[in-house]
Amino acid sequence: MLNRIVKAKYKTMETSLISQEELLLEFENKINAEQKIEPLDWMPDEYRNHLIRQMSQHAHSEVIGMQPEGNWITRAPSLRSKKILLAKIQDEGGHGLYLYSAAETLGVSRDQYIQWLHEGKAKYASVFNYPALTWADMGAIGWLVDGAAITNQVSLQRTSYGPYSRAMVRICKEESFHQRQGYEIMWKMMEGTKDQQEMAQDALNRWWWPALMMFGPHDSDSPRTSNAMKWKIKRETNDHLRQKFINKTIPQAELIGLKIPDSNVVKLSDENYQTSDINWDEFWKVVNGNGPCNEQRLAHHIKYHNEGAWVRESASISNPK
Amino acid sequence: MDKKLKYYLQIADNALILSHRLSEYCSRAPFLEEDLANTNVALDLIGLAESVLEEVAKQEGKGECGDDLAYRRKESEFLNVVLVEQPNEDFAHIMVRQFFTDAFNYYFFSELCTSKDPFLSALAKKSIKEITYHLRRSSEWMIRLGKGTPEASQKTQSAIDKLWKYTHEFFIENSIETEMISKGIGANLASVHLNWKQKISEIFYMAHFNIPTNDFVIKGGKEGAHSENLGYILCDMQYLPSKYPDAKW
Ligand SMILES: [Fe+2]
Ligand SMILES: [Fe+2]
Repeated sequence: MLNRIVKAKYKTMETSLISQEELLLEFENKINAEQKIEPLDWMPDEYRNHLIRQMSQHAHSEVIGMQPEGNWITRAPSLRSKKILLAKIQDEGGHGLYLYSAAETLGVSRDQYIQWLHEGKAKYASVFNYPALTWADMGAIGWLVDGAAITNQVSLQRTSYGPYSRAMVRICKEESFHQRQGYEIMWKMMEGTKDQQEMAQDALNRWWWPALMMFGPHDSDSPRTSNAMKWKIKRETNDHLRQKFINKTIPQAELIGLKIPDSNVVKLSDENYQTSDINWDEFWKVVNGNGPCNEQRLAHHIKYHNEGAWVRESASISNPK
Repeated sequence: MDKKLKYYLQIADNALILSHRLSEYCSRAPFLEEDLANTNVALDLIGLAESVLEEVAKQEGKGECGDDLAYRRKESEFLNVVLVEQPNEDFAHIMVRQFFTDAFNYYFFSELCTSKDPFLSALAKKSIKEITYHLRRSSEWMIRLGKGTPEASQKTQSAIDKLWKYTHEFFIENSIETEMISKGIGANLASVHLNWKQKISEIFYMAHFNIPTNDFVIKGGKEGAHSENLGYILCDMQYLPSKYPDAKW
């Protein structure tokens, strides 16, 4: 700890003596050498701001993501499935915690991040603005939404910012369980009654496109990709990650008798699956706040955050230990 | 149903219904750490309920499983105390309900550790560690709320006043409990009550809360006579198995 403080002081002195150009060069050399950038290291404002935006968006996504699945906890159809779902949602809350802590190392508090979320200045993953309508959605969300999230997060384990990278390593360990548990729900339903099979197919129909949208716009339409790639915040492009996910998921669907809701799926000679293009109008509509549940998700978070204010206040002034 | 199995069900249903209430609270806690802690308790209690319900199904020998008991019984067949089905009015109600129940569970399961019934003594020994943690957590919250802001103290006192009348049911012996106690199977409720009152006084003293003086009693759950709340809980909980009786999930 002392070492870190001394180092930080030294860095501050250094900052005043060394020019911005030299600092940037040192920073970029580190990045190029695959060394992690740590909280007390000098970093360009743009790098810091990109991380503030991306990491807080990631943290908020974990927390807002508790809601669609939370919608089915009290209606989980067996004790086992209720335990699994509760534990899964609890994991997501835990991911939110790791990510808020990691994001706080950038010099912004959790309270501030939450305030930005409530003011609409920070976003969360648009996929959680779709409703969870049946129990099969618990399968589809785990399988597809967590599946897409892992694809992205596995690549983020190599991100250049140390605290973010370490949070991703911890999170990825748990995410693969979520994906398997979701797939297991779908698989069980496909082996079940006709009602269950229809429910499972319907859930895939509704979640397939939102899951593909999770990777974001085409690289050509993604304004922030280039700096993020240059500074190794992002390690793989949106389209590349999306393709990975598609290639992994289509055979899984086929294996249990589910049909991908896209009549243009073709397997190409290079083993990649070709699909129809995403409906980008819908994508932007939901990103810009007009999805089916945008208002509801944010209102839920605000409501319970406000209702908890007196508890937080009381806890902050008294400690029983 | 065998009396001993009904006694088991009282234990299972207290855990099952309280865990359901806690699971309703997921994503609604005052801050993230507390959300996770709340879910932990919910998970422990579902686990407890599950092992007891499995055992009831096994000993009954009708080819049913624990899920059949959780998801196919009707309201009047649930034997939990009325306290645990009371709604999540606010954080104060949730934590007071929890504290009253945790304190009961702690002394109840401590007694059960020496039960002559091998299943119950094993269950109690296995669960006591978790229950000890639950009681520590809710006791600390009582103190944090009582010694915190005036608003917190007042909200919590009013939850105490409102929920007090439901606590007596834990200790009013019914005929099943009397028989189980006399056989050395059940927990001695008189001594559980004594310890419980002691714990409540101790924590309320530290937290500056008053123990309500009125001794109005609402009970009936242990006999299957519930508050209106249970019907709604079961509507949610049993929705899928009722709607799709042939489906396995
Ligand atoms: Fe997660
Ligand atoms: Fe997950």
